[in-house]
Amino acid sequence: MTQAQLQEDANLLASDSEHHKPNWREYFGFSTDHKVIGIQYLVTTFLFYLVGGALAAAVRTELATPEVDFVSRELYNSLFTVHATVMIFLWIVPATTGGFGNFLVPLMIGARDMAFPRLNAIAFWLIPPGGLLLLSSFLVGAPASGWTSYPPLSLVSGKPGEFIWILSVLLLGTSSILAAVNFLVTIVKMRVAGMGFNDMPLFCWAMMATSALALIATPVLAGALILLSFDLIAGTAFFNPTGGGDPIVYQHLFWFYSHPAVYIMILPVFGMISEILPVHARKPIFGYKAIAYSSLAISFLGLIVWAHHMFTSGTPPWLRMFFMFTTMVIAVPTGIKVFSWLATLWGGKLNLNSALLFAMGFVSMFVVGGISGVMVAAVPFDIHVHDTYFVVAHLHYVLFGGSVFGIYAGFYHWFPKMTGRMMNETLGKIHFALTFIGFNLAFMPMHKLGLEGMNRRVAEYDPKFATLNLICTIGTYILAVSTFPFIYNAISSWLSGPKAGNNPWRALTLEWMTTSPPPVENFDQDPILVVGPYDYGMGDRATNVDVPFSDPREPVLAAGPNSALRADPDPSVAAHPDDR
Amino acid sequence: MQGSTIDPSKTVLNYHHAVETAHGHSEHPDHRLTGVIVFLIAESMIFLGLFSAYLAFRVTAPVWPPDGTPRLELLLPGINTIILISSSFVAHNADTAIKKNDVKGLRKWFAITALMGVIFLTGQLYEYHHLEFGLTTNIFASTFYVLTGFHGLHVTFGVVLLLGVLWRSLKADHYSSEHHFGVEAAELYWHFVDVVWIVLFLLLYIL
Repeated sequence: MTQAQLQEDANLLASDSEHHKPNWREYFGFSTDHKVIGIQYLVTTFLFYLVGGALAAAVRTELATPEVDFVSRELYNSLFTVHATVMIFLWIVPATTGGFGNFLVPLMIGARDMAFPRLNAIAFWLIPPGGLLLLSSFLVGAPASGWTSYPPLSLVSGKPGEFIWILSVLLLGTSSILAAVNFLVTIVKMRVAGMGFNDMPLFCWAMMATSALALIATPVLAGALILLSFDLIAGTAFFNPTGGGDPIVYQHLFWFYSHPAVYIMILPVFGMISEILPVHARKPIFGYKAIAYSSLAISFLGLIVWAHHMFTSGTPPWLRMFFMFTTMVIAVPTGIKVFSWLATLWGGKLNLNSALLFAMGFVSMFVVGGISGVMVAAVPFDIHVHDTYFVVAHLHYVLFGGSVFGIYAGFYHWFPKMTGRMMNETLGKIHFALTFIGFNLAFMPMHKLGLEGMNRRVAEYDPKFATLNLICTIGTYILAVSTFPFIYNAISSWLSGPKAGNNPWRALTLEWMTTSPPPVENFDQDPILVVGPYDYGMGDRATNVDVPFSDPREPVLAAGPNSALRADPDPSVAAHPDDR
Repeated sequence: MQGSTIDPSKTVLNYHHAVETAHGHSEHPDHRLTGVIVFLIAESMIFLGLFSAYLAFRVTAPVWPPDGTPRLELLLPGINTIILISSSFVAHNADTAIKKNDVKGLRKWFAITALMGVIFLTGQLYEYHHLEFGLTTNIFASTFYVLTGFHGLHVTFGVVLLLGVLWRSLKADHYSSEHHFGVEAAELYWHFVDVVWIVLFLLLYIL
């Protein structure tokens, strides 16, 4: 009996009957079901992703040639500003935390719903108004001072657009804080009986670290934006030196949120990758505790690195040294994760489907972005490449090569659970190939452009950069095309893909121990943990048992000293983290 | 262990946790108070951000408060502070009362708390009215108004919460010694607003 069978048999009761699927109308209303809300998040944010992608395509079209020929300089500024804001606040943050977090966390911990279902729905319904508000700013002159909105530039570049930007980010930030409250309480308080913190799937650890960050950092951004809006409309001078204010204070407050925001965008994806790799490599995760605790370490360190964005803002040298050091230290917990993933894949029986391809694409691309991250953490190097395309290349390797690849891996992996249907593998592989090629064409040349001094956020550039820029633009078009097979695949599979069954990947975590899609209350009976979340290929030894079997008729199954359940685990492959 | 001998679905489970199965959503344990506490962490971070902005302006300014800023009167804000701090103790009496199932006591103490909150807000508005500087006079004035105003908004919201609890307590048996989340949440929020004011008062008036 394999571990998967053992786990599934134990949970037959949790998934024995057919359930009604949610009515399609529920997806358009104020549903309090975390699964419906999760899918609402994913679909809504994906639509915003398409908008953000269209904006990126417009930016790259302008940059295809050195001259200003496609849009005006002013519109160009708005395009990249709104592109970044949409991608960060309306796509990656809400898709990873709100989308996958909502759908998966309660299922993975065996809960019936989130701790506060109504709050959850409110958090979601702040997203569409926030997003539409932001896009509506194009009617009155969109914000044009970059997604960072540094004063004094943001105070002089079009008030209505800037004010709309502030309002919209405040709305989206509120949504993120409410979601964080919900996740923290859910994970801490609502785990199924017998599931200690160290038995949680790693995605839940990641969501805990993410939510703590969102909870602590987002309010500070709100504070900064409140002060900025006073400067903008009430005539105060918080960030205006002529009135005694200081624009650098804004930068500190802004980056106190916005650097952790990078981890808010990547930590949940780390968690998803830690789920996907063991399932498709059929191997236990390597270094469970190392991965779990390094999420917390990243979360903590992420709060004390913010000024590395300000090495050229007159930050005193001793402070720059501090922030350089802390920033480089973050590479340690991140490296621990990467090596753990590689060790998980090593010697595994890889099932190279779309989900695993994207997950492996994630690991490789993220390593590139991580290494260029350590490079820009070094003060002398950063002073050289600050505000050049090197930074643009770095951040896209982390946010696209990292987060977006991970989100796609998550889509392919959990689509069967969300819809009850399998996705088409051929289309998935075409999608992966196009994305991988397009992504590297679009962003790899930017490293060289940046090192040679091409400035970011300018619509025109020196003609000597023309060839590389054209390659970047072609890559962007390939990326744009790459989404079509995915969209077609998702829609057609949802409508008429082959039935998935409860557990198509033979996975062990609890979300697979119920029907696909799961019933309203997730499980007919509370699910039972019989094996650890990653005990793949471990035969029929179940060592990670909270000794649920206590059968007086069969002493071997009782939890007494002679019980088979008490057998000494082998530390090299032990199921329970404590035994490793 | 022979895997085939274990068929958990057929094994009699003496699993102390697996008892509470067929409950609906409404019966799951109440985590709302934990939620409020976690939310207050976020709230305090917003104030912490504003406080550190204030301190940053203050540290970098050559003279603080900038030349020409009239001195702040201490008497009225001092009285106001005393009222707000004591209102926290009054609010706690309400909590003690409802734990003894004393709804009348709850109403009395929360009514007094709300009244003290309103007195505080009135005092604040009176102070605003008589100050010799406006929002845009200088950087000190701006931070002063934004910080106290933002705190005042929170006090207002706290008063609304207290009145909401009072309104609900009119319904018979709405609050009991067992079920009084609303009371605890409002009280907790009130303490939070109080603590924020102490820091604010020290920063703006005393230091």
